[in-house]
Parts: sequence; C-alpha cells; structure tokens
Amino acid sequence: MNSPTVWNDHRIETWVGVFLRTGVMLAAAIVLTGGILYLAQDHGPRPDYSHFYAEPRQLTHFSGILHGVATFNAESIIMLGLLVLIATPVARVVMCIVGFLFERDRLYVAISSVVLAILLYSLFFHR
Amino acid sequence: MTALEFSLILLVSSLAAGLLGALSGLGGGVVIVPVLTILFHVDIHYAIGASLVSVIATSSGAAAAYVREGFSNIRVGMFLEIATTLGALLGAWLTTRVPTHSIGFVFGLVLLYSAYASLKQRNDALTQKPDPLALRLKLQGSFPSGQGSQQSYVAQRVPAGFGLMTVAGTLSGLLGIGSGAVKVIAMDQAMRLPFKVSTTTSNFMIGVTAAASAGLYLHSGYLAPALVMPVMLGVLLGSLIGSRLLVKAQVRTLKVVFALVIVALGIEMIVNSLRGML
Repeated sequence: MNSPTVWNDHRIETWVGVFLRTGVMLAAAIVLTGGILYLAQDHGPRPDYSHFYAEPRQLTHFSGILHGVATFNAESIIMLGLLVLIATPVARVVMCIVGFLFERDRLYVAISSVVLAILLYSLFFHR
Repeated sequence: MTALEFSLILLVSSLAAGLLGALSGLGGGVVIVPVLTILFHVDIHYAIGASLVSVIATSSGAAAAYVREGFSNIRVGMFLEIATTLGALLGAWLTTRVPTHSIGFVFGLVLLYSAYASLKQRNDALTQKPDPLALRLKLQGSFPSGQGSQQSYVAQRVPAGFGLMTVAGTLSGLLGIGSGAVKVIAMDQAMRLPFKVSTTTSNFMIGVTAAASAGLYLHSGYLAPALVMPVMLGVLLGSLIGSRLLVKAQVRTLKVVFALVIVALGIEMIVNSLRGML
C-alpha cells in the first residue's frame, strides 16, 4: 500500500532478526558451557527420564537458578542459557513495541503490549 | 550407559531430527518428541520440555534469514500472536491436567495431519473482496514478485484465522511443538495470504508462541537441564545445516520420504498411547 511503512517494518524486522540470532548464539554458548561442566563431573549411569518427577525448585525459579549459577552449579548454568533463549522472543516483542512507537502506530503498540503482557504473565505469575 | 554416552547419542539424534525438521518444513519439535519418547523412553513431559526449547532456538536462529527475503508481515504476525499465546497458555496448563497417554494420542494425530499437510500442493489464491476488519487492523502488505514489481494483498476471513491460530497455540503448548503446519493453514487457507508470506510470518510467530508456554513449562519442572542441553544444541545445529541444504535439495522427493517417516512415527505414537506405553 504505502511503501514507507513497508520499508520501516522491514527495517525493524532486520534489526530484530540479527538481535535474535545473537541471542540464540549466546544462549547456545551458555548451555554448552554448562553442559561441558556437567559432563566433566562424574554422574555414573545415564539419568532415568522414564518417569516424570518435577525438577527441583532451585531449577524452576529465577532466584534459585541465579543462586546456582553463582556457585558454578552445572545444571543451573544450563538453565541460565535456557532463560536467555526464552528471553529472545520476549525481547523481540519489546523491540516491535518500540518500532511501532516510532511509526506512531498506536493500534499496534496496543496489540504488541497485549502479547507482551501474556508472555510476562507466563514467565512471572506462578504459584 | 554413562551420562556422557547418553548425551552424545541424544546430540546426534537431535541433530538428525533438526535436519529432518528443517528439510521437511515441519520443524524440529514434531520429530524430536517421538524420538525421545519412543526410542529413549523419556516421559512425555520431559520430551515436550526439551522440544519446546529447541523450537524457540530454531525459530529465533532462523529469523534473520527469513527477514532478508522480505516476505514476512510483522503486523499480521503480532495480531495473530494474541491468539497463539493465549492458546499456548491453555495448552501448557492442560499438560498438567490431562493423562500422559492422551497427550501422546493427540501428538500422533497431529503427526499424521502434518505429514498430509506437508505434501499438499498450495495455490496462491487471488485476492477477493477484502475483509473490512482486516483493513481496520492493517492486515495487508506487499511482497516482491519476480520482475521487480510489488504484489499487494489484504487478509480475508480474519475471525476464522484468529480462531485457527488459537488452536495452533493450544497444540503448541500441549505438545511442545511449533505447530507451524496449523499456523500456515490459518494464514494460507483461512486468511488467503500468499504462501510465502504465511510461511515466513509463521516462523516469526513460532518463537513467541513457544515462549508463552515455556514459562509454565519451567515452573512446572518440565525442563530437565541435562536432557535439554544435548537436544537443544543438536536440533539447533541440525536445523541450521538443514536450511543451508534446502536451497540445493530436490524438495519434492525429500518431502515424500519425510512424510512417510512422520506417518510411521505418528502411528507408533498412537499405538503406544493406546497400549498405555507412553
């Protein structure tokens, strides 16, 4: 329709794309570091995953994970990498909100904010 | 088997799953969950946790490549993400409520459907009367079409597309997959968006949808670090290699072969679920 908007959208997406790839590579590097640390320790036979027991609390909550990272716990470092990874799409939505603000597109600032609210609810609201 | 051997085998299997997922266009999640549950006897909760994380990695990792093509529509994606993220919350919540074998059963059905969808020929529908709601929501755009010209389009049947996206989100949260196949159906079939626009926008949406259930998975303890580590790294690597190969490969022949693999996995999942072996 109007080409300046298309061009702007495309520019937002290009930044976002490069940012996302950087985030994934950072996350993969952290996971790999934690993984090497984990495998360097002796764990004996392979862990059994055939029955589900929820992971312990220090691996399912932000404060527990960060605490574990501070003590160089291998599993906590892997979880930190996963948190960085989960944060990449969240950051993507934030960057879109900023982009729409620049374009003065109020409707899409609102729509993106709803999506962000749903994501933050999932990440932070739990029993 | 030691932890090291187990991790290496998982890494190689996940690499293969990521490769297959990228080449078939179905995504790594659809392949890795059956591999983990059937081959490695991993409980489906851990399997969908590892898969969902890999889905985020694949989606975010490939985003830059998709953007370069200039087909994806950021507004269509964002609007529909309201539907997919809400669906994903519902799906992730359901995993804590419904019995394991019913997750496996639904998974098998989705596999069979995905195989069918991946083989179906798509046709770019001509633009009919645009939906007034689509115009108000600015669900329109244009993309480069061949000889330097721009082809413009407007979305149609917005409510139907939104509804289907809620289903796609629910399946994503319930099964730990990107459910790209359902997302493309919603945009391609219901909203009549050009196929290239549907597929590239879908890739962008998959990561956000998966992030919505990832929070609930994390808090419910589905993310087992020592299991996720090789799976996520393997699927990511496999899908990166796969997307490079895709440019040169004979897509049609590959798709038929992969569809057969997916059908076999789907039947296996359904049979195992019915026999209570998942």
